[in-house]
Formats: sequence, structure tokens, C-alpha cells
Amino acid sequence: MEKITYPEIVDMAKVMRLKMLEISYNCTLSTHLGGGLSMTEMMATLYARVLRFDKKDPRWEGRDRFILSKGHGVLGYFSALVAAGVISEEVYNTFQTNESDLIAHPVMNLDLSIESSNGSLGQGLSMAVGIALAAKKKNAPFTTYVLLGDGECNEGSVWEAVMSAGQLRLDNLVAMVDYNKLQSDGAAGQIMDLGDLANKFRAFGWDAYDIDGHKIDQLVNAIEAPKVEGKPRVIVANTIKGKGVSFMENNNEWHHNRLTRANFDLAIAEVNLVATNPGEANG
Amino acid sequence: MVDITPSNARQWSRLGSRGVFGQAILAVAENYPQMMVMSADLGNSSGLDRFKKTYPDQFLNIGIAEQNMIGVASGLAKEGYNIFVTSFAPFISMRAAEQIRMNLGYMEMNVKAVAIGSGISMAFLGNSHYGIEDAAVMRAIPNMTVVSPADCAEIFKVVEAAAEFKGPMYIRLTGAVNNPPVYTENYDFEIGKAIVLKEGSDVNIIACGTMVYESLEAAKILEEQGISVGVINMHTIKPLDTEAINKLIGKSKLLVTVEEHSVIGGLGSAVAEYTCQFKDTPPQLRLGLPDAFGKTGDYRYLLEKYDLVGPKIANSIQGLLREVS
Repeated sequence: MEKITYPEIVDMAKVMRLKMLEISYNCTLSTHLGGGLSMTEMMATLYARVLRFDKKDPRWEGRDRFILSKGHGVLGYFSALVAAGVISEEVYNTFQTNESDLIAHPVMNLDLSIESSNGSLGQGLSMAVGIALAAKKKNAPFTTYVLLGDGECNEGSVWEAVMSAGQLRLDNLVAMVDYNKLQSDGAAGQIMDLGDLANKFRAFGWDAYDIDGHKIDQLVNAIEAPKVEGKPRVIVANTIKGKGVSFMENNNEWHHNRLTRANFDLAIAEVNLVATNPGEANG
Repeated sequence: MVDITPSNARQWSRLGSRGVFGQAILAVAENYPQMMVMSADLGNSSGLDRFKKTYPDQFLNIGIAEQNMIGVASGLAKEGYNIFVTSFAPFISMRAAEQIRMNLGYMEMNVKAVAIGSGISMAFLGNSHYGIEDAAVMRAIPNMTVVSPADCAEIFKVVEAAAEFKGPMYIRLTGAVNNPPVYTENYDFEIGKAIVLKEGSDVNIIACGTMVYESLEAAKILEEQGISVGVINMHTIKPLDTEAINKLIGKSKLLVTVEEHSVIGGLGSAVAEYTCQFKDTPPQLRLGLPDAFGKTGDYRYLLEKYDLVGPKIANSIQGLLREVS
């Protein structure tokens, strides 16, 4: 029997999956489920353990900054915010309703702890570089985290930003790549093969980790390893698109799709089976 | 505050737009410890060499990467820095257009994008380096303020005002060295508030950038022929000073817009978009660059070729005025 390490993070990931399925179903529209599910453990690790923030004061200067560069990953983002108690259930449940603050891509809103507007791929890392540089200049101790998609790394602007983070020696910057190997139109390897992403980042002066993005201990170890002076860190998280719902896993039909009642019930039942307490795991 | 005197104006004119921008930003930075200036590897060509030496910690050459420059600038702005980003007009406005749309437009980051060498001042460097559509592109983005100073003194004024202004702005620098002065003494400048340089009852010319001087020259020629001509310096293309325009409607036989920009989408379009709703709007002559990538030559040659010098502007106005009178 496998021992569950970090049960609180495993539990948060489970809650997040249930929550994202709920709003996807309730909004009755297509949503980006596949990429939301693949980033769940990364986001749970950040929001349950890593990020410093103050729920009562979302503008607290000392907070760690988080930017969702793969803006379509909002299901994995908003579900983390609600699971961590940063946004209310009431706000969360407005997802994709008319005039809502929570739509298919993040809209900057510091009251909801959303640092930036995204949706146009390949831009979040540049802003994160600017924020991390500002922190260096001001001697502010916060860390800037940014989550990128693998498909997004097709954008040349990502590599402009990667280059600049190395050049500027931003060791207060942590990028995570949700390397689920599927993009909008299909297999990343057949569209624009990113190959060995970790080594690509290393070549630009980054401290790179290549891990299983669904293993909490690997995520924690990679994020919390002592920093290498002058090097930004990248965590290439190998993930499964649609992770946690078997009929969505590695099935790109769920890149952007609508849940039927039957699909929803199946998915919820499956996620509910996940053990979250030590000793419950069936390995 | 900059002191505009005839001798300063002469000096600045010789130095040209880029050099004066460099002087202005150097002077203004003294009062803004949170100011940073970024360049996409065109610091020296943007008149920033002295700034770099004086404020090395407040200057950042981000490499030849305009898209990343806008994003990094926005991150810095988000954390409280007062940022000016610079490059040549087409690269900053169009290579990075979508970054400007997301960061400056959508998120309203406090970043001032300065377009060096806009219009056709890049002469033999060719159309790749001209800024003929930049105002059109920038103007179409919500929340953007678009400013085009009339001469070197006004570049100083704009840089001072921009450093104080909270919000995104596109500053379009036209003109080269020996940029003719419009202003030789101190005056009040406010973003969004047009300046009436001369009142007139037959024709009113609304101009921006280098074309303000040329319009004043055209007005002189026309006045000699007994035509009463007003000239307005519409330094802020967006938001347009509609109050200033209201005063011209019903009081002119002809409205003229003149700009060193394509006739599509710039000041002329902005004025027409506003005035077309009024029944007593006079006809409008839109003078500017043709919608074309033409053969190139030296700056003065090109301005002559495209009828954007005083005497030729006067000719164009006379032609249409005869038809509408």
C-alpha cells in the first residue's frame, strides 16, 4: 500500500477536480477541461503549500506573485483559488455567466487575487520577468511563479522571455510548464515538437527540473530545492491532459468541450474514488 | 519645467527629435527615482547614451525583442516603476502590437511607448523603418492615449507630462535633425487639450507632429492671398479634443487635417469620425501620406514628393477651397 505524502495537497487536488467539473457542467458551455485537469497537482501544491498570500488582504505587498500564462487553464486556477479560500463559492459559481469576473481566461482583478489578464499565449512569462526584476531592484523577498502550457511554447515571445530571465539572473522566478504533450489541434510532437524542454531552458541559463507533474513529492522537492544563485528555475512537469477522469485522459476531444449530465456524473464518481487520507491509498 | 527660449529652440532644432527626447528624459528622470527606460537594442540611436551613463540602474537594454520588452516593462510598471520603452515606430507599435493591446490597453499598465523616427524621417532606411500606420494601430486600442508632439520643445513638454501621467501612452516622434521650431517661448501644454496657434474663418487646419510647422507656413501663404486660415496643434490624437473641434464646425468653409502618417486611420480619420455626425460639418481635406509603400529618398525630398511642405499644403487647400466656396 502506497503511503500518501502531503495528504492536504492530494485532498486539495481532489476538491479542485470536483469543483472544476461542477462549474464546467453548470455553465452549460464548452470549457478547457483537459488542460485544467493536467495542471491540478501543480496548482494544489502552489496554493496549499508554497505561495505566501493573505486571504484578507489580496494586495499585500509581500505576497508571492502568480501568473497563469496559459490563460485557458482557468479551471485549474479558479478551482485552486476557491479551494484555498481566496475567492468565495459565490464568486466562483458565477463562472462564465454574463458580466462575471471569472471567464474562460483570467481578467486582472487584485481583489480576487488575479494578478494579470491572459488569454493571448506567450505573454505571461514576460510580465513575470518584469515583476521578478522589480522585486530584485526593490530587494523585495517575494517569489514570482508563472505557469506555462507546452503548446504556448511554440510562441517566439516565450523564448525572448526565457532568454531575458537568464540574462537578468532572476533566481526569484519559478516557471512551471504543464507538459501534457497535447495542444489544441493534436499531438504537440507532431505539430511543433518541443523535445527536451528542460535542456532547452538549461541552455538559456535556467536551473531546470524534469518531473512527473502529478506527483506531489516531486513537485514539492523541485519547487523547494535550494535556489541556484543567479538562475531562474523551471519545472518541466510531465503531465497527462485530462488527468483524473479516465475518459478525458490523453483524449484531446476534451481540450475544449461541454459536459453532458452522463459525462459529468461519471467524472464526479471517478474523482470521488480518489483516496486522500494516509492509509486509504490502494497504490 | 523646461524653459523654452529662442536660443534653446534653435539648439534643440539642430539636435533633432531623438536627441531632444534623450535630453528630455535625462532631465525629467531627476524628479522620478522610480523611472526606468528600456530599449530593444536601439539605445544609442534613440538619444539615450547620456541617460545610460547617468542612470545605469534605470536603463535596461532587453535585446532585440520588442514583444518581451513590452511584457517586462508591464511587470515593472505593475510593481510601481514609471516606465518608458523605446524603439523605432514600426517595431514598437506593430511588432509588439498585441503585447501593447494586452498589457497597456487591456491591463492599463503605466507604460509609455515611445516611437522614435516615426513618419518618414528614416528616409533611406526605407519603408521597413517608417511609421506610417502606427497611429492608426495604436489609436484603435482601447485605453491608449496617443500623442504626437509638434516640435522639439513640445517633445520636452510631452516627456514631462508623460512622466506625470498615470496610464498607457504611445508617443509618436516625427521629424529628424533640423526639425523646424513651432515654439520659441514657454506655453501651457496639457495632454488631450489642443492648442489654437492661429484663428481663421475660411479654412481651419488641424495638424500634428511635424505638420504643425508646415501648416503654419501654408497659412502664411494663404493669408497673403486673403484667405483667413486657422491652425490647431492637435498634439493628442487620442483622446481627441472634441471641444476644440466643435468651435470650428459651422465656422469654416473647409477643414483640413495634415499629418505625417497614412491618410488611413490617423488624425484625419479621427477628426472625420467625430465631425461626420454634424449636419453643418464643412468638407474635410485629409492630407497625409498615401496608402502605399513608395520608393524612398531623403526626408525633405519625401515631404516634397508627398506634398507635405507649406507651399504644397497651401496649393492643395486652394484647389479644394475653390470647389467648395
